[in-house]
Amino acid sequence: MMSSNQRVAPTPEETRWAAFKDRLGRGWYKFRRNRISLVGGAMVLLFVFLASFAHYVTPYPHHAGAYTDFINAFQPPSTAHWFGTDSLGADVLTRIIFGSQISFMLAGVVLGISVPFGVFLGLLSGYIGGKTETVIMRITDIFLALPALVMALAICAAFTPSIDKAMLAVASIWWTWHCRLVNGITRSIKTEEFVQASQVLGASHLRIIFKDILPNCASPIIVKITLDAGFVILVGAGLSFLGLGAQPPAEDLGTMISIGSKYLPERWWMTVFPSLAIFFIILGFNLLGDGLRDALAVEEGV
Amino acid sequence: MRFSYFLLRRLLHTVLVLFGLSILIFIIARTLPGDPARLALGPFAAKEQLEKLRHTMGMDKPLPLQYWTYITGIFRGDFGLSFQTRRNVALDIAHYLPATVELVLISILWVLILGVPLGVMAARYKDRWPDNLVRVIAFVGVAVPPFVVGLILQLIFSYLLGVIPTTGRLGLMTSPPVRHTGLLILDSLIDGNFSALGDALLHIILPSFAIAMTGIGQIARLTRGSMSDVASQDYIEASRGFGIPNRIVAFKYMLKPAFIPPLTILGLTFASELSNAFLVETVFAWPGMAKYGIRAILRKDFNAVMGVVLIIGLAFVVVNLIVDILAGYVDPRIRKRQEEE
Amino acid sequence: MVEGKAILDIRDLHVWFRVYEGLSKVLDGVSLHVQEGERVGLVGETGCGKTVAMKAAMGILKSPPAQFPQGEVLLAGHDVLTMTPSEILKMKGRTISMIFQDPLSSLNPVFTVGQQMFDVIRYGRRRASDDGRLTKAKLRKTAVEELTSVRLPDPERILKLYPLELSGGMRQRALIAMALVNRPRLLVADEPGTALDVTIQAQILALLKALVNEAGIAVLLITHDLGVVREMAERVYIMYAGQIAGEGPVAEIFDDPKHPYTQGLLSSVPRLTGEVLAEGIPGTVPDYTEAPSGCRFHPRCPYAMDQCVNQKPPMVELSAKRHVACYLYSGGGNE
Repeated sequence: MMSSNQRVAPTPEETRWAAFKDRLGRGWYKFRRNRISLVGGAMVLLFVFLASFAHYVTPYPHHAGAYTDFINAFQPPSTAHWFGTDSLGADVLTRIIFGSQISFMLAGVVLGISVPFGVFLGLLSGYIGGKTETVIMRITDIFLALPALVMALAICAAFTPSIDKAMLAVASIWWTWHCRLVNGITRSIKTEEFVQASQVLGASHLRIIFKDILPNCASPIIVKITLDAGFVILVGAGLSFLGLGAQPPAEDLGTMISIGSKYLPERWWMTVFPSLAIFFIILGFNLLGDGLRDALAVEEGV
Repeated sequence: MRFSYFLLRRLLHTVLVLFGLSILIFIIARTLPGDPARLALGPFAAKEQLEKLRHTMGMDKPLPLQYWTYITGIFRGDFGLSFQTRRNVALDIAHYLPATVELVLISILWVLILGVPLGVMAARYKDRWPDNLVRVIAFVGVAVPPFVVGLILQLIFSYLLGVIPTTGRLGLMTSPPVRHTGLLILDSLIDGNFSALGDALLHIILPSFAIAMTGIGQIARLTRGSMSDVASQDYIEASRGFGIPNRIVAFKYMLKPAFIPPLTILGLTFASELSNAFLVETVFAWPGMAKYGIRAILRKDFNAVMGVVLIIGLAFVVVNLIVDILAGYVDPRIRKRQEEE
Repeated sequence: MVEGKAILDIRDLHVWFRVYEGLSKVLDGVSLHVQEGERVGLVGETGCGKTVAMKAAMGILKSPPAQFPQGEVLLAGHDVLTMTPSEILKMKGRTISMIFQDPLSSLNPVFTVGQQMFDVIRYGRRRASDDGRLTKAKLRKTAVEELTSVRLPDPERILKLYPLELSGGMRQRALIAMALVNRPRLLVADEPGTALDVTIQAQILALLKALVNEAGIAVLLITHDLGVVREMAERVYIMYAGQIAGEGPVAEIFDDPKHPYTQGLLSSVPRLTGEVLAEGIPGTVPDYTEAPSGCRFHPRCPYAMDQCVNQKPPMVELSAKRHVACYLYSGGGNE
């Protein structure tokens, strides 16, 4: 009879998987304990949900986009229109939720383009080093020579104001942050013994990059992406506010605030509610990112 | 010896980066769609007029030549002509820059005066209510868009309470000081014009605070973290162990190392202040670089855009350089790292 | 008792910590004393509570987490546990001083050696204030004298350097200089030199020994390194899990260990000659929130008896200078 105490030694894949599950579980536990990050996570989920199902959750989905109903314009908040109506008579609440769609889309597109690109260049430059690294790093220096918003503004100068050009402008700057981050991590890990061990064992460079270096970048990148989402939305709203991003009638929150600010202080609801909305969206991402940073034990400064 | 070598290399690097920036923006501005000449002269301009303007602007020459003319012009102080104002962009900038400089300087003052003490207080009362309050302030500061802060402040203090004027640098009724530096506060002091001084201060208080919110949040948070890190260090315990009084330990031996992380991000804080300035100036109709720059962007006045970009880029890299040198001066560990690079 | 005055006298000290899991009862009735000019070692493995005992002696245990349900810590006759912070402060530097393990982390990285040293001298005020006014020149002179006495070459230059510009050995010497400059009556040394290379550590220890002997400074040496204790100390206490296992002159304890733990400890030291591999002591250091009752060593002791579990063994006097806390010896010696 086979003794149940006998166990076959686990394979490397099994141990790695077990270790990964353990880290995940531990990270989730730490995350759960931090109430602030839970609140942030809940907020983000809520807003993303609302934006995704905007058509179904908003009271007046037909008010989005080009819509005019001047008779009902400038209505203060009421039971029919919780956040009032704007200069064209559209329901502010509806437009806020549809506007947030644009903000999330902006974040998604910008990060979706810039993160892979930046991470790739970061890995490359950090691993290869030498002239390649110098060239890549100098290019990032140029893009970082101006604060993000200003640089985006300058790039937008070339185009007619529109949301997609704004997205392009922001994306073309954003990769630099991730590139720098990953470059730094790669450089410091490159000299660690486990990488050298892989090299001695004859692992190909690609394998080293993906198996040894990249996993170490995963946590900081995840934290940074979460915090970035908030920041990208902030920059996007800023661009829109200045008239360079989302254009009416496809307004995003920044545009709404810009238009609404002209009607201060009498028609305050046109400014205050979009402002609150964008504040809570950004706050949600920040809280979430902060909580993730704690749970995944990444240092500050990311 | 080694430090001046490091300095030289940084300066060289700075110059290269600025050149790269200028090339980048130049290419973007000049090669992309949109006809600035038409925008400047309007849709009814005749063809010859457009051609004449293009010729004056040098737009009919090949691109590298245009760049070369431009760059050499910079060193002579000739930033090209603005489409809008028809004068040297350098003059335009000289006109609008001081307003922004004054605003950003006061904002930095806010950040230091509020951010640092808040952080120290939070560390001192760690995990009790002052700490939590500061954390809330920090989160809010970083999450709120600056233009929202500006609008809300405007709403409360200008519209609702009526204590602070809504827009501009100076009220229409106040007689302005003579323009020595362009900085109203300084100029009023020089002139002894106290009514202008008071009015200028009143006008600057809201926009500068709106700009400073992000920085206050960042610095408070970082100061708190680094103060509490330092407090638990061995060397603090050791200095107490050697008999150094607590007051000295706190104010000298804890503060100095604790200031280093906030110091190193001052460059970043300055960057966010600049960005915020662009947004807040619009809210308060502040006659500064933002107004000029944004109008230039919308009208495709590329000489003006180049000028603004270069000046801001210059300011930014210079500030970063100063911050890095300062950090190296205060913390020998950083200096060592700098020398090793 | 013994001749001379006890500069440090810890009597039946209990120290508890409130932690998340409950109450961590780290020290369970620790008694030890150091006479003026004596060199005493406190030996125990990591986690045995010797650092806690040392911090209690220094008066640097923070009181909300730490509780002192019983016992006294008498420094030059005054109970540290009842003193106000300012009174404790007066003692630091002059009555009691200490050296930490890692010289790099013990020195403030953003101040020069000179700046830190001057402040120590200035606030210690032991020597330089002999004729009143403390001038910069006097500070410098005292600092240079002290740095010279720790055999640092070119002390003038060292004063201007930052800690990271010095080698490990130099830092340790500078730290010793700072600790001794105000001529404390007692020096507490926590694992001195463990952060250094062995050869440098040997030099530093020899230097320390010479200095304290010359100045008549008492030393409490806290370490897990038996070799260090053998070199430096005259008398040694063996500590295990917050209890004192035994005490006596160094040579006697090493040649003829009585307490089962001490025996285990000494047999754990690998020998360069001989056949047998070093044995460890089976088991691990207990968790202080659920410490064993009675003698805390009983779970790991090969000679454990019933009374060992029930009650903590009292200190038995085997000779005038030798004591051991073990029921194995309760019958012999003086009752």
